[in-house]
Order: sequence, then structure tokens, then C-alpha cells
Amino acid sequence: MFSTIRKTVLTLALLASVCVAGQASAETLINGAGATFPYPLYSKWFSEYAKIDTSVKFNYQSIGSGGGIKQITAGTVDFGASDKFLSDAELKAAPGKLLHIPTVMGAVVVTYNLPGVHKGLKLRSSDVADIFLGKITKWNDKRIADDNPGVKLPNESIIVVHRSDGSGTTSIFTDYLSSVNQEWHGKVGKGASVNWPIGLGGKGNEGVAGQIKNTKNSIGYVELAYAFENKLPYATLMNKNGKFVEPSIKTTSAAAAGAVKHMPADYRVSLVNQPGDDAYPIVGFTWLVVYEHQKDAVKGKKLVEFLNWELHKGQKMAAGMLYAPLPAPVVKMVEKTIKTIKH
Amino acid sequence: MQNSAQGIKGDAIFRGFTLLLACSIIVILLLMTAEMVKESLPAISRFGWRFISGSTWDAVQEEFASLPYLYGSIVSSILAILLATPLSIGTALFITELAPRKVGAATAALVELLAAIPSVIYGLWGILVMTPWLQSTIQPFLIEHFGFLPFFRGAPYGVSMLAAVFILMIMIVPIITSITKEVLMAVPSSQKEAAIALGATRWEMIRMAVLPYGRSGILGAVILGLGRAIGETMAVTMVIGNTPKISLSLLSPAYTMPSVIANEFAETTTKMHASALMEIGLILLFVTLVINFLARMLLWSVTRKWKGGVA
Amino acid sequence: MILRSITLRRTANLSATLLMGGATLLVLLPLIIIFYHIVKMGISSISLDFFTQIPKPTGEAGGGMANGIAGSAIMIGMASLVGLPIGIFGAVYLTEYGTGKLATAIRFCADVLSGIPSIITGMVAYSMLVVPLKGFSALAGSFALSLIMIPIVLRTTEEQLKMVPATLREASLALGVPLWRTSIKVTLRSALTGVITGVLLAIARVAGETAPLLFTALGNQFWSKKLTEPMAALPLQIFNFAISPYEDWHRLAWAGALVLVVLMFGLSLAARWLGRSKHS
Repeated sequence: MFSTIRKTVLTLALLASVCVAGQASAETLINGAGATFPYPLYSKWFSEYAKIDTSVKFNYQSIGSGGGIKQITAGTVDFGASDKFLSDAELKAAPGKLLHIPTVMGAVVVTYNLPGVHKGLKLRSSDVADIFLGKITKWNDKRIADDNPGVKLPNESIIVVHRSDGSGTTSIFTDYLSSVNQEWHGKVGKGASVNWPIGLGGKGNEGVAGQIKNTKNSIGYVELAYAFENKLPYATLMNKNGKFVEPSIKTTSAAAAGAVKHMPADYRVSLVNQPGDDAYPIVGFTWLVVYEHQKDAVKGKKLVEFLNWELHKGQKMAAGMLYAPLPAPVVKMVEKTIKTIKH
Repeated sequence: MQNSAQGIKGDAIFRGFTLLLACSIIVILLLMTAEMVKESLPAISRFGWRFISGSTWDAVQEEFASLPYLYGSIVSSILAILLATPLSIGTALFITELAPRKVGAATAALVELLAAIPSVIYGLWGILVMTPWLQSTIQPFLIEHFGFLPFFRGAPYGVSMLAAVFILMIMIVPIITSITKEVLMAVPSSQKEAAIALGATRWEMIRMAVLPYGRSGILGAVILGLGRAIGETMAVTMVIGNTPKISLSLLSPAYTMPSVIANEFAETTTKMHASALMEIGLILLFVTLVINFLARMLLWSVTRKWKGGVA
Repeated sequence: MILRSITLRRTANLSATLLMGGATLLVLLPLIIIFYHIVKMGISSISLDFFTQIPKPTGEAGGGMANGIAGSAIMIGMASLVGLPIGIFGAVYLTEYGTGKLATAIRFCADVLSGIPSIITGMVAYSMLVVPLKGFSALAGSFALSLIMIPIVLRTTEEQLKMVPATLREASLALGVPLWRTSIKVTLRSALTGVITGVLLAIARVAGETAPLLFTALGNQFWSKKLTEPMAALPLQIFNFAISPYEDWHRLAWAGALVLVVLMFGLSLAARWLGRSKHS
């Protein structure tokens, strides 16, 4: 009986949509969902692109990389976005062949809200891990103070903020923590959502930044652009070569320099904790995930046009929003990959 | 009466038609339950009772158990009810028994308007106004003076179980108050007049004539408020801190059943994750069904012509 | 009853009175503070742009919630198309024929149904429409809202229909008018304002619903062109903007809250006014 009701509801719904389909205009709407990490840049791209090609609109929901992977696998969106590359198992679960299209690189910053310390807190990677493990609990802990002579650190509890949703930012950040701290590697591990030993959860990069802004003595991790846009300070971290490095476009690109030489054909590569004096340690690619075989010819064509646009014109906007543009050799590779999309 | 045959036929059709529409209520209820059960089956068969007793929620390993959410929902709702009940009954008594008619009516109207404010707006206020205030005043105070109790240990997070309890209390007070008010107004005035005639003070009159008469109705109102608190989604999601950990401290962030659904359901990566959330939804549905069933039974026993749509 | 001293009784009376008054103040205080913030922040943030523009990309000042307002209106409208007739005619059944066990069961189910968390309605709509249609849509959002609407409309309408004097209906029936025509022409019509009251209350209730739209309508930064596409809604935008870190978005959220509250109060007041003018 219930399957009948289900079908009836579905049929009625379809009928209703057919009735209004008549008034639908010629404008194509391409739906995407996923990562919040590149959202400030994507929303800029889509609103600029709407001016260039008025016949197409991109609707992008920043629901987190985990959501993006799920939606593109289920076919509920036309493209997914993620800053965590899909595992082999996830690729296999999709009904068709999925392509990773890297768009830009970004830095994940350790941001904080500490009255009196508005800039440039210095942290060693091991200390970052200990804070997120709940082993360093006070701001004036000796381990933090030693690296920050002259900075007045308050005797207050550290309030840790992390992501509550499945997130590529989390994936990059925990990848970093795992690679710098054995205990983290063993106890928590890396992934889009992990079992946090401590702290409170915010939804999306927006939610974490919002929570930190709202909460004194807090610390968390967000994409560089989110910290910058919200005037939140971020920590200078010690990299693999033992140098303190501030996150910036330059240090982000420096982290990619080594990896670019060995770029795999499907772009699935991690960029955290790379060697190099200038390399910022928490860096990652962010990808659009699309099907090689586009079902809808019109949408497929528009999508490819957009991809070519973002790969060239779009890249020039990246720096303004604190994302590092793709290195030139990678752009060459991606051009070829986009050509393989069939529509 | 020449058209009576036609009329009877028309009546039969009309009756059937309206009956069908009225029955849709029952169909919806059954459909919702069936749908939730069906979608939860994968999780139920995979995790069994472990789903309720365990506390791991790990989308990476596909290991799901819901105890922290159950705990958060139950603790936040019970504490909110404990705070809201005396306030609501006091306010309802003030409106019906104490205040001059006009003041009472104005208070009642205000309370009813406030019951209509959407949850998301309470959440907006909660996250932007209340939690920063809690973090800078109430929570440090509690830590400093009551920090020896396990309930007030830890760092002042702002968003916390405490924030959820406060926002829930603020939200359910208008609901309990307005239903209690209806119950109290159903107390026959002969009872009250008799008490007054016997020389009772106003409080004695309330204690002896009003409260005993309205007892089961007030209990119904409170239980209905509990159901509302357990199912409350948006406002709680915005202030509770979204951390699936069981902690005695009210200052720690926590998580509730509706909140985890709101946060994760649109972005689950695996079928099992979605099914686990569906099972949480099913538990929530079951709990609220039982609670509402109880509450309505109590309320219906007080007044048969109970107004619909109050809550 | 054991007689206690009159002073003791008076003291008890006084303290009880103070406690009740104090409880009322404690209840109204936070509510007044909330109201104050909504009005203060809302008024300082609202502008004409709010009603005519769509949200700007993050970091750019200005923008509005026009798409959210329109989206809410469309989805409430569609939910009403389904929910109102079912609720109203269901109520007619309960008033005209509703004496048996079935009618009691229906009433009871309606009361219970209106207490079920709306997020569950959203999950059901997701698995019934979003999954098979392969996408979030305004349609699924409307479906979820209509499920919430039906029990509310049913019960409020029934209350109103019951108030129609039996004499009116009996007169009509005595004139040989069939029951079904009496129902529509006499009962429903004379209870019209009452029915509208119920409808307004139901609309007020669903207009602020956020949870059932989270994974049905999903939200949209732009205008939606089709009902099979994701659609923006005012409460959804308030939620997303409230948890964001952007001050501009916070301002929009406050303005949205003010609009929603004014709408709510307007509907409630209209409903009250209609209800009162009818029965006094």
C-alpha cells in the first residue's frame, strides 16, 4: 500500500513540475555542491561568469566536501566540489567515471581569537597537535610561551573549535596533524570527519570562523580566505625544515613546487608538510568533481566552457581572494583533462 | 422532496470524499513511520542494540552509535522543562487568577505571539547575543564559584549544553503557559467561588480548588512542552556546540538527535551514514509519538472540546 | 481543615502572589529582550535592497533576500494548494459525520501529528521526493510544508465549524437542501472567517519552518526558474547567514528575522481580529 502512495506522490509531483516547466526559460541552471573551502572564490567566479554568459547560472551550495562527494555520486548535482580527493572505493561507488579537476590551491590556517594577541602567534606543529588533542589546555602553557617571547598570553583555557560536518578542510588539517604527530596518527587519524578528542563543532568554514569570532580564547582551523575576510588573526607555523612560515599565496605555491614534478594523471595528491624553507605546511588542492560522460549535452557543454574559463581567466581572480593559482604545468595538464569530457 | 434521491447520492459521494481527506491524517502518520522504519533498516540490522548503547559516531569507519545524541536530547529537554514548568504555571496562574482582566489578557496575548516566533529566530538571537554573553559573564561566574561541582567544570565555551537549556526554556515557556492557561480556564467557577465563600485567601483558593482540578491538564501541558523541547531543531543546533560527547558539565558543548540530523543529513557520504541518521530520526519519532500520545490523553481527559493547533 | 493563624495565611498568600508575579516577569523579560534585539538590529539593517536584491557573494556589502522571500511565498503557496483543501474538507467530515471511533482516531492522530518534530517531515520528504527525483527541489520543500500544514488546518477549522449554530444547519436541512450542499453553502460559508483564521494560523506556522527545508528545498543563491530546482527560503537564509562569520550576512539575517516576525505577528493579529469580530 505504501509503495502505491509513494508512487502517487511522486507522480503528482512530476505532474506539477511538468505544469510549470512550460514557463521555464531558456536559461540553463547547473547545480553544484560541496566544499566550503573554495566557496568565497567560487561564488565570485559564478557571479562573474553569470555576467559573461547570461544563458547559464551556476548554483553552488557549500555543504562540505563530504556532501559534495555524496551528491555527485548520487547524481543529484551536476558537479561536486571537494578538497579531499575521492578514494578508490568512492570512485568505484559512482555510476560513471569521475574526473578530478583541480581549480586552485589553498592554505588551511590555524586561526584564533585571543584578546591582546592580534597577530602572528607562533606555533610548532607538535604544539598544534597537542592543543587539538587536549594536552595543552591553557594559553600561557610553557610550550606556547617559549616560542612567543614578549607576547602576553592570558591564563585562560583554550577553546578548540573544529568542523562538525564532513569536510575537506578537516581532511587536509588532520592529514597534516597525522603527518607531524604520532599520537594523533594513532588515536585520531585523518579523514573528512574524525572523532575529535576535544572541542566544539562549527558547520562549514563559515561556522568555524563564526564560532571563533564569537568566542574569546578560541582556536580553530579555516581556509586562509575565511580568516582574512573576517579579520581573524592566524598563526605562523613551523614547517618541515624547521622554519616559521606565515600562510600566504607565496608560501602556498612554494609547498606545491615539489609535488608538481610528480603530479599523477588524476591529480589525487596531498600537499601537506612539504619540504622547502618557504613551504607553508598545511596546503591542499581543491577539486571540482565531474563525470567524464555528461548526460545532458547542453549542461555538459556549458560546464566545459566554464571550466576552460576558470582555468585561465578565473585563475587571475584567485590571488585577490588569497587562493594560490595552479602552477603553469598543472594548467597544461588540466586543459587536456577537460578535453576528455564528453557531452 | 423530489430531489431527495439525488441528494442522498450526493451526500454519499460528499461523505466519501471528505472521509478520504480526513483519513489522510492517519495515512500520513503511518506513511511517515513506515518510511522512517524502512530507511533505518540497514542501520538497525547492522548495529542492533549497540546503536543505542554505544557512543562512537565515526563516518570514516562507518561505525555509528547514538548514545551521546540521546543523552544530549534527554538532558537538555529535562533541564529545560524543570526550569520552564514553575515559571509557566506561575505565569498561567497570574493570567487567569491574579491579574486584572485587561492585564491578564494582554499578557496572554503577548505569550501567544511569542509562541509563534520561529525557532530559527531564537537561534539567531541565541548565537549572536546570548552565547557571547554567557561566555563572558554567567559561565566564568559558575566556574569560579561552583567549579568544585562536576556540572560546572571546564572552559567557558559559550555554546554549550547550558546555552541549549536556556534557549529551550525560553522557547517552551510560552507553549506550556498558553496550554496551562486554557486548562485553568476550564476549571468551573463554582469551585472557586465556593472556596472564596468559605473564606479562603486567593492562594488557598488556587491550591485547593484550581490546581487539583487542573492537575492532569497541567501535566499534559508539561509533557507536550517536553515533546516540543526534544524535537526542537534549529535553535538548539545553533547554540549547543555540536560535539557528540557525554559530559556531566553543563558548560561543555554537546549534541542532540535533531541537531545531528540537521547538520549531517544533507551531506552523508555513505548509505550507512544516511541510514544511521534515519534511525536517529526513527528514535526521535518514536519518543515524540509516545510523549504526544500521553500528553493528548491527559489533555483530552480534561476537556473534550480541546482546541486543535494549540501546539 | 486545621485553622492556621490568619497572619500565616496572609503571608502565604502574599508570597504566592509575589512568586506568580515574579514568574511572569521572568518569563516576559527574555522575550522582551529578544524582541528588542530583533527590532533594533532589524530596523538598522533593513532597506529597500533587502526586498529587491539577492544575496551578494561573501565579502561584498549590500544585497538582500528577495529570492528567499519569493521562494518562501511560492513554497507556502504550493503547500497551501495541497494542504488547505485536505485540511478544510477533512474538518467538514469531522463536523458533519464525526461521531464514531474513526473520527476520534483522526482527531487524535492530527493532534499527535502536529507534535512530531518538523525535521522528521523533512527526512520523509527527502526519501520520498528528493532521492527518486535525483535532486533537491522546491517541490520537495512544498511537500514537506504541506504535511505540516494539514493537521493544523484540520483541527483549527473543525473548531471553527463547530461554532456554527446547529439551528442554521437544521433550517437548511429542513428546507430539503442535501447535507453536502448545506455543508458547503451554510456551514462553511457562515464559518468562513473562522476558517480563514485557521488558514492564517497554519500559514504563520509553516512560514517560519526551517528544519523541513534543510534537505528538501536546500536553498539557492539565485532565483529559481523551475520547481524541480533548489529554491531559497527566508528562514533557510536566516539560518545560513546567522552561523556565518560575515557581518554583512548577520545584518541580513537580522533584517530577515524582523520581516519574518512582523509577518508572523501580522498573521496572528489578523487571525485574532477575525476570530474576535465573528464571535463577539
